[in-house]
Amino acid sequence: MGMTIAEKILARTSGASSVSPGQIVDAYPDLVMSHTATWRSVDVMERVGATRLHDPDRIAIVLDHIAPAKTEKHAADQQRSREFARRYGIRKFYDVDAGIAHLVLMEAGHVAPGDLIVGTDSHCTIYGSLGALGTGIGYTEVASVWLTGKLWMKVPPTTRIELSGRFRPGVYAKDLMLELIGRLGADGCTYESVEFHGPSMAEMSVSERMTMTNLAMEMGVKCALAPPDAKTEAYLAGRLDGRAYAGIASDADAVFSRTVGVDLRALEPMVACPSQVENVEPVGAVAGTRLDQVFLGSCANAKYEDLAVAARILEGKTIHSGVRFIITPGSRRIMLEAMRTGVLQTLVASGGTLTNPGCGACAGDGGVMADGEVSLSTANRNFLGRMGSRESRIYLSSPATAAASALTGVISDPREII
Amino acid sequence: MNKLIEGRVFKFGDNINSDIIIPGRYLIHIEPDKLAAHAFEVLGDDYPGRLRGFEILAAGRNFGCGSAREQAATALIGLGFKAVVAASFARTFYRNAINAGLPIAECPELVEAVSEGDSVSIDLIAGEIRSGDAVYGVPRLPESVRRILEAGGLAGYLKAHYRA
Repeated sequence: MGMTIAEKILARTSGASSVSPGQIVDAYPDLVMSHTATWRSVDVMERVGATRLHDPDRIAIVLDHIAPAKTEKHAADQQRSREFARRYGIRKFYDVDAGIAHLVLMEAGHVAPGDLIVGTDSHCTIYGSLGALGTGIGYTEVASVWLTGKLWMKVPPTTRIELSGRFRPGVYAKDLMLELIGRLGADGCTYESVEFHGPSMAEMSVSERMTMTNLAMEMGVKCALAPPDAKTEAYLAGRLDGRAYAGIASDADAVFSRTVGVDLRALEPMVACPSQVENVEPVGAVAGTRLDQVFLGSCANAKYEDLAVAARILEGKTIHSGVRFIITPGSRRIMLEAMRTGVLQTLVASGGTLTNPGCGACAGDGGVMADGEVSLSTANRNFLGRMGSRESRIYLSSPATAAASALTGVISDPREII
Repeated sequence: MNKLIEGRVFKFGDNINSDIIIPGRYLIHIEPDKLAAHAFEVLGDDYPGRLRGFEILAAGRNFGCGSAREQAATALIGLGFKAVVAASFARTFYRNAINAGLPIAECPELVEAVSEGDSVSIDLIAGEIRSGDAVYGVPRLPESVRRILEAGGLAGYLKAHYRA
């Protein structure tokens, strides 16, 4: 019987010739990522009394949340992570200058099709944009994988999402995902793998695939995969850390638990309303909602393409005086490219406040909101109190909708501006 | 893991995410008591105080969704909860609870039937939960999971089994 991509990856990493949904395997990940939580895994390792790692070259560490340190406690925790990396010879170590772990690891060529990657972050699903199975685990389990090299995993069933047509102007991958999350629900794909297929995928940029596989987490997925193709290979060309490129695909007779179809032509800009991501509405239903803050950032939507979309809308214009517009590039490489092309010049000239690359306001680092304030964010979560006061509210949208709304001071349809 | 877990139920609805259980600003802590002091505080000033004195947390669908923060499970332990029963769990919370040594079970029928303050007893080895006269079956734990819970969590399991 044929296998899906997730089944193939779990079979390979557990040494089995084939696996099927529901089966529990001991899998050996190709990479285990930890971010600012690293010190907690170090703490577990010390409590266990262990001093030997299974394979330091399978460990990646990126200090991205609350970076640079905000308090002495954060500073001490980061120091502990740095010392661990030095003592154990972790070569894939990235300090507070690098940016958001997911984007940094993909840019650096540490993620390839067919890899199994686990890490201390639910949005590890984003590695599926390059055909890798990425999934989140806790810090104790990261320590366990550091020591043993393996973890138990249940083989997930796979849902096939079939995309047809092209986005109309003003509509983006973020809108597609908000539509899907609204339709299927916050637990619509719990414990499942999701594969994106259909004629639209060939045109979807790697950046858009990152947004898709990142946001898929908000449907409860274990992993989400964009089958590797020419775009994937082009992105990874010259990037892959000494490894040769090899694709991976579901077999023609692989079994999918269901197929969900979406016609991209029928989509419009969408907004997730407070305080659950599944609470989505077309932008028209909430247009006019007054905003105090617009956040252009996060692993979902602070890639170069995202910043460039916002800059095209804001070129030569000034944002509304009542709005704080916070721009946090996803990584240093993205920031450098946006500096080089003038995108950052445009964003800051429009009235934006530029911060250093990293998780920023999405992780409660700066941009904290007061009672009664309303934010529109390009991130992936609008949960109660996530960006400050429990009396504040968060809406989520694409970078285009965010930029259009920064101009007007209220939630606005980008199609009326571009 | 105790064979029989008994206690009174506190009940939540659907989609309680891990940002609600423990807001991100407290992730600088890993100690159960420090986390418990701020658990669920976004729900109002009466939290977490009103959760004290309950041993079993019952919740609706998709409990623990969102962030993979392990402290969501640790905070519940700090509050004195001995087990969580939900209609369904997000996968990250499910793993984190087991790894933190917090027994959990999926049982939508029980969650539907119980109210706050009801007494419940859970026997995960036998795979059953009792409330009043009613008995509900729950799936037995896979061997790998049972061994971790019996060691009080993954750190305890590693300490017992890992050879440096």
